[in-house]
Amino acid sequence: MIRVELAKLVRRPRVWLCVALLCALPTLVAVLLATTRVAPAPGRGQAFLSAVLSNGQLYPAAALAIVLPIFLPITVAVVAGDAVAGEASAGTLRYLLARPVGRTRLLVAKLVSIAAFVLLAVAAVTVTGYLVGVAAFGFGPGAALGQPGAVTSLSGVQLSPTQLAWRLAGTVGYIALSMIAVGAIALFLSTVTDSSLAATLGALAVVVASAVLTPLDAAAAITPYLPTTRWLAWVDFFREPIFWRDIRGGALVQLGYVTVLLGAAWANFTTRDITS
Amino acid sequence: MIHTSGLTKRFGHRTTAVDDVAIDVAEGDRYGLLGPNGSGKTTLLRMVLGLVYPSRGHIELLGCPVPRRVADALPQVGALVEGPAGYPHLSGRSNLALVDAAGPDAGAGGRRTRRRRIEDALERVGLAGIDRRPLRAYSTGMRQRLGLAAALLRRPRLLVLDEPTNGLDPAGSREVRALLAELNADGTTILLCSHLLAEVEQLCTRVGIMDRGRLVLQDSLGALRAPTGRVIVDSPDADAAAALLDSRVEARSGSRLVVRHAEPAELNALLVAAGVRVAELTHERHTLEEIVLRRTGAGTDRVAKVRP
Repeated sequence: MIRVELAKLVRRPRVWLCVALLCALPTLVAVLLATTRVAPAPGRGQAFLSAVLSNGQLYPAAALAIVLPIFLPITVAVVAGDAVAGEASAGTLRYLLARPVGRTRLLVAKLVSIAAFVLLAVAAVTVTGYLVGVAAFGFGPGAALGQPGAVTSLSGVQLSPTQLAWRLAGTVGYIALSMIAVGAIALFLSTVTDSSLAATLGALAVVVASAVLTPLDAAAAITPYLPTTRWLAWVDFFREPIFWRDIRGGALVQLGYVTVLLGAAWANFTTRDITS
Repeated sequence: MIHTSGLTKRFGHRTTAVDDVAIDVAEGDRYGLLGPNGSGKTTLLRMVLGLVYPSRGHIELLGCPVPRRVADALPQVGALVEGPAGYPHLSGRSNLALVDAAGPDAGAGGRRTRRRRIEDALERVGLAGIDRRPLRAYSTGMRQRLGLAAALLRRPRLLVLDEPTNGLDPAGSREVRALLAELNADGTTILLCSHLLAEVEQLCTRVGIMDRGRLVLQDSLGALRAPTGRVIVDSPDADAAAALLDSRVEARSGSRLVVRHAEPAELNALLVAAGVRVAELTHERHTLEEIVLRRTGAGTDRVAKVRP
């Protein structure tokens, strides 16, 4: 069943359109930065945007920071919100279940295909970011100093290319986990309603609400448990040494969301009457 | 093949969609399930397929209790419920391939076997020559045929079909009826849900009639359509015939008389001996329409204004 779901995923034009748009935005930003050479003042604008002008290899991180707050959650919510509700409104859900595909199996297959989409999207942005960054900004001063490929971390220490690759991999993993949590919200809602639009918008509403509450001092008590609070904790991968506290905390919160929402989705879906 | 007892489904507190239904579909049956819109036919089918969970009662599908062990029975069941459905951006073949690759016996056999299975199913429903056009470009009739192909894919022992000829033209409907009769002759049991009484009359051996959630009648079509013990006589000398048969005439309209008498041949001899000319003389039989209408009320799609 997982194979069937993956086949459906890659044969859906919408999926590739989402990935293409995700890659297009950082490319556009890179082109603008490279032609104008006007960097945002340090501390303002997206993370890493000031740093990339001197070294293009940091651009994947900047690209991820660009798509993370809005674009990425939207595409994930679109794909995950459609997972069950889309099958229900198309009428294919009843045929799948009567095939029979067990409800738990179907849900697991859907989750795997959402995770595959998230990884595909994040990896595509990272690779595009690296290629575009290197093409637009070059390898930076490290190359001139006889250390080709070296990158300056946020703490000012040089990172070797291997270190950079590892830290980028960690970033991809962390962001993917955060996005799978968004996917889990949308998947749960997708089992509740037969409208994929409602599921997608519902998941986005949760993300927006969380983003509104995060900077609010009055919400300080719940802030650590909101899904978006530590979305940017992966920036700490680019410090030397890596600052693990927020990364670990953020990953735990996301895992918690994934577990609870999948449990809720399972409980709801396996006991529900399929009347679509 | 299907056996239910005391089967009840309530949606919320108000609606009882299916109420204490005991339906019995035996192996080899061509069972027609009839009833007005909203009488609970579809909910019943959905419960049998394990899509909707019963509030009360028992279901047995091919000997397996539903919903507990429905997964053991469903691989041998082909279903078409409330119209066909598929992925609109994929071709008919791709859609069938996805259906074939899902389920516990997923993609059984090699690539060749799978392809042959799909081509066989397409051939059976008259779609052997479809091209790579996506499903969204299909006509209603083509979609219906594709839905049937999906139901036939695994050579099921039981076919559960909701309005199988919906959207087909008369020739297409006849083709599908012939296909179903052929499958039945090869041992496939068929449970058919239809509004087209003529279709049920032509195809089915047994009928069940539902009304407001209850199964109000379940019998063989032969028994239901047995002679009523009255004979219809059409005669140009209707007055003379009425005078002769007087006490036995139950109704008359123009030249047609309805006569209480079990033996048309005997009656004919009687009339002819008396010099009464007979144009037509036949057993009175109830039509399926009369049987259904007598047993059921208006469907839930008819919403009359209630006067206070």
